[in-house]
Amino acid sequence: MKITTPASAGTMESGDIMIEIESSDQREVEVVLKSSVANEFGKQIVATIRNAVEEFGLEYAVINAVDKGALDCTIRARVAAACQRATSSTAFDWGKNA
Amino acid sequence: MLFVPGNNPGMMSDAHIYGSDALMFDLEDSVTLREKDAARLLVYHALKTIHYGDCERVVRVNPLSTPFGKADIEAMVAAGAQVIRLPKTETAQDILDMEAEIERAEKQFGIPIGQTRMMAAIEGALGVVNAYAIATASPRLVAIALGAEDYCANLKTSRSLEGSELLYARGAIVVAARAARIDCIDTVFSDVNNEDQLIKETQAIKQLGFDGKSVINPRQIKPVHRVFTPTQKEIAKANRILAASREAEARGSGVVALDGKMIDRPVVIRAERTLELAYASRAVFEEDEV
Repeated sequence: MKITTPASAGTMESGDIMIEIESSDQREVEVVLKSSVANEFGKQIVATIRNAVEEFGLEYAVINAVDKGALDCTIRARVAAACQRATSSTAFDWGKNA
Repeated sequence: MLFVPGNNPGMMSDAHIYGSDALMFDLEDSVTLREKDAARLLVYHALKTIHYGDCERVVRVNPLSTPFGKADIEAMVAAGAQVIRLPKTETAQDILDMEAEIERAEKQFGIPIGQTRMMAAIEGALGVVNAYAIATASPRLVAIALGAEDYCANLKTSRSLEGSELLYARGAIVVAARAARIDCIDTVFSDVNNEDQLIKETQAIKQLGFDGKSVINPRQIKPVHRVFTPTQKEIAKANRILAASREAEARGSGVVALDGKMIDRPVVIRAERTLELAYASRAVFEEDEV
């Protein structure tokens, strides 16, 4: 699956996370995170984002994330929404984690 | 039943701590068209991750006539929503169409057929006219509810504090629900700063026969619960009626008397209902029963 357009999902409200995603020249998923809890949870948040991107089937991407204290489930939802929008895909395997 | 906007993760993460009996995550009116996809993913992941305790988990999906309805149902069935609420229900066929989609999703995700329950919101004149047909359209249906704002717009009127414009619809919905032996839930009261009027409206709809009321703010939960919770005096009286009924039954007598008055069967049924509400609202516990 390939990114066809830069896209974003989420908000800057408390409990949410803003995810911006675009294509990358590098053959990796690069995550740039800003979070008020980065010292405590930064590694965990980046790992969750990376995991959600790979689960979606993207191998190369640059992600800019601004975290406002989002739970893991919110991070995964916002990353999935951004990936869908960036790939113009509406398909999501709801049963995968059912 | 507390309404929770489906695209607000801050509200979704702690919606269950305020004591409502049910949470209704909304994918419909509270979500803008361009955020429908994101809200669906958010509610899906929240339902699969957050433990909402004893709160019943209801999701209001978009109608099947929109491009979002089918995907909403698929995602929410997969996420394990206990109840799917269909908005703007007008005919029994609306229920059958949604039931077919739910069943298809249950098969797809290996969920026992029939596990996902349904609720129908009646929000227009046609829905009110068809209330009984809607209420009996599917064994999955556990409740019908009134959506007053759309109903008033459809009726070419507006909402008033005394609610005369809703009297017919409320009566029709209660009667249809009772005839179909399912629950009926009243519409929201939108002015969160007017608690006195919320209490008055809740007292009025309880008197009409409604089982509960939808709320849009956690602040509205306690006043609604207070109205629906029987008083200690009512509970004590109900216990005495049921004790007299049991005693008459043990004697093999069909006539129940209490304090020199004959007690009819409907009075016993009302007493049972009072205790059911008391248990549900935790005003009394099973072991307290005399």
